[in-house]
Amino acid sequence: MNTPNTPAQAAAEHTTPAHGAPLTDRGGPAQPLLLVKDLKKYFPVRGGPLDRQKRFVHAVDGVSFAVPKGQTLGIVGESGCGKSTTARLVARLMEPDAGELIFDGEGVEEYGGLQLKEFRRSLQMVFQDSFASLNPRLTMQEAIAYGPRVHGVPAAQALAQARALLARVGLEPSQFGSRYPHELSGGQRQRVNIARALAFDPRLVILDESVAALDKSVQAQVLNLLQELKAERQLTYLFISHDLHVVHYLADQVMVMYLGQVVESGPVEKIYNGSAHPYTRALLSAVPSMDPAQRTEVSPLAGDPPNPINPPSGCRFRDRCPHAHALCAEKTPALQAVGGDIHHLAACHLNDLTSGHPLAGKELNP
Amino acid sequence: MSAPLLSLEDLSVQFHGNRKASALNQVNLELGAGEVLALLGESGSGKSVTLRTLLRLHPASRTKIQGSIRVEGQDVLAMKGRDLELYRGGTVSMVFQEPGLAFDPVYTIGQQITESILAHGEKDVGKAKAQALEMLEKVQIPQAKRRFDAYPHELSGGMRQRAMIALALACKPRLLLADEPTTALDATVQIQILLLLRELQRETGMSVIFVTHDIGAAVEVADRVAVMYAGRIVEEGPVSRIVNNPCHPYTVGLLASTVGPEHRGKPLQAIPGAPPDLANLPGGCSFAPRCSRASAQCSSQVPPLVSGSGGRLACWNPVSQLENQ
Ligand SMILES: Nc1ncnc2c1ncn2[C@@H]1O[C@H](COP(=O)(O)OP(=O)(O)OP(=O)(O)O)[C@@H](O)[C@H]1O
Ligand SMILES: Nc1ncnc2c1ncn2[C@@H]1O[C@H](COP(=O)(O)OP(=O)(O)OP(=O)(O)O)[C@@H](O)[C@H]1O
Ligand SMILES: [Mg+2]
Ligand SMILES: [Mg+2]
Repeated sequence: MNTPNTPAQAAAEHTTPAHGAPLTDRGGPAQPLLLVKDLKKYFPVRGGPLDRQKRFVHAVDGVSFAVPKGQTLGIVGESGCGKSTTARLVARLMEPDAGELIFDGEGVEEYGGLQLKEFRRSLQMVFQDSFASLNPRLTMQEAIAYGPRVHGVPAAQALAQARALLARVGLEPSQFGSRYPHELSGGQRQRVNIARALAFDPRLVILDESVAALDKSVQAQVLNLLQELKAERQLTYLFISHDLHVVHYLADQVMVMYLGQVVESGPVEKIYNGSAHPYTRALLSAVPSMDPAQRTEVSPLAGDPPNPINPPSGCRFRDRCPHAHALCAEKTPALQAVGGDIHHLAACHLNDLTSGHPLAGKELNP
Repeated sequence: MSAPLLSLEDLSVQFHGNRKASALNQVNLELGAGEVLALLGESGSGKSVTLRTLLRLHPASRTKIQGSIRVEGQDVLAMKGRDLELYRGGTVSMVFQEPGLAFDPVYTIGQQITESILAHGEKDVGKAKAQALEMLEKVQIPQAKRRFDAYPHELSGGMRQRAMIALALACKPRLLLADEPTTALDATVQIQILLLLRELQRETGMSVIFVTHDIGAAVEVADRVAVMYAGRIVEEGPVSRIVNNPCHPYTVGLLASTVGPEHRGKPLQAIPGAPPDLANLPGGCSFAPRCSRASAQCSSQVPPLVSGSGGRLACWNPVSQLENQ
């Protein structure tokens, strides 16, 4: 084979499992693959006819996080809290209003940094709706080969690689390669979407509710596949899901969002077994019990989330928090280490002994 | 048991379009008044088709329906005209996974609920409006008076789901069909909606068929669970028996593949293979090609759905016997 002369060709060669190593590791193992700093996105909203004031949905409002290489960051939080917007901003499917992206030590689209085109290729997204993301007129092998071909990979090579990827995601190429999207089940289509993302040999894969529409047995197949691929190709995942069991299963790090902001983050076991933010606790206790003799009697969280156009002052969770105090309306809690652990952060006055909250530092239940 | 509210007898549904498909195959099911049944099963197993057939939503030209459906003694498949209109949304109504399907984006939710009440026999517009508002309060929409005049897109996902439940319950149905009503919601909203459904069910005494992929959600609301595979009911029983002592290898596989905290760091036990092509069902048990317990009999004879003290089961080689429960 000739030496590859385009980045896409180089990428394509790496998609065969024999080339296990990632495309390029620039920053070394200690450098997080992705660093996000103070990301913001405000969507303008249309007011009434008499309302001349311009108003905004504070969809993502100062979000910062790091994703270590080869790890999975799970993002959880109430519907509308800004998870998908964060993902789209990271993927640059949408321009942020403020904030910085650093990919493997290099600023994205900065002078002397990473070009947008190169960054986009290193990052792929898989969405919830397996059907909407596939072109109904392309067969499965054409759909997978399409991206690499656009990036200059010769047709025969792209097709051979597509068939190898189909086999890798558990779909026999001779049986599925020439089928159209409507001839596949939801789980099969989602595996095609994963194969298509892998065709670019990405380093970061963003999965936004990608297993939500699948039934449990197919979901288990796809989750196993994701874990295998991660180990095999040293992938890093950003995994967004409402299913807290699935996040527990897959994630190394977890980030909890509430109304456009991060309220807690840390290693998965710290979040699931020792969460420090009242919202995280409410969220985790909302998981159904699986025991018909112990059904949930009271909802752990009442009411609806506050209006994202005009978020409450101070802590945004205070209206629904069982421990809210006058202080919570006055002062905005910052993300701080929990019990001196710099890897576990929570934004709550209860977590800050010097905040002046009367219950700060006390054992709480729940 | 007195006469059941709903009974399905040998209900079969075939689609004949470009691709022929036997979506339901001789389904037999009874549901008592006030009973909550969860319908569980793999994607494509026929759960939604069952509900849509109950509401007669499939176009007659492309669908062949055999067997019978009786609700409160009425023959549903024979209904016509005004009777069918009153039946839909009156006797039986439905909640979908995606509220977008139930609401028209150009009318307020209050208008739409009022309209539905008027369509089902109420003559007085004022009374219908009052009843609609009462429904919005009942489903615990905060500031219901103000939300009455909101358009669907102005509500959060959880609130839209509540509004859809209000719409479905506005005409006091005897049977509510809920097709994955909480799948798109986050955990805190999901549990609120499940508790709400349970409360409204107790209050009104209606029966419910609840379709879900989420066994946890089924456990929260259901009295009984029916498991479907390839258009057939393969196992059915009280929720605690199904969860603690499943008999059918498919049910066992489905429960084992559900992720829990104990699975971290280990591969999940997925059921191997894929469901059969409904245009071309295997001769015997539809699950046999994927079943580790399958014998020669399984691939040649369809196992009958047999009743026992623990419910019903269709399997030649069950993981445990139904009678022993
Ligand atoms: N293109 C847009 N224009 C205006 N508002 C938007 C747009 N996209 C998202 N929003 C708003 O931004 C907020 C965050 O939305 P986002 O989709 O990121 O939430 P999410 O956490 O992904 O929710 P879900 O769990 O329901 O998917 C919401 O209030 C949403 O209504
Ligand atoms: N109008 C139709 N024409 C042809 N086939 C159909 C039609 N509607 C459904 N089917 C087929 O019937 C089978 C059962 O579909 P159904 O929607 O009931 O599945 P389900 O159990 O609800 O699955 P899911 O969990 O994915 O919603 C599927 O194979 C589907 O493709
Ligand atoms: Mg989202
Ligand atoms: Mg369905």
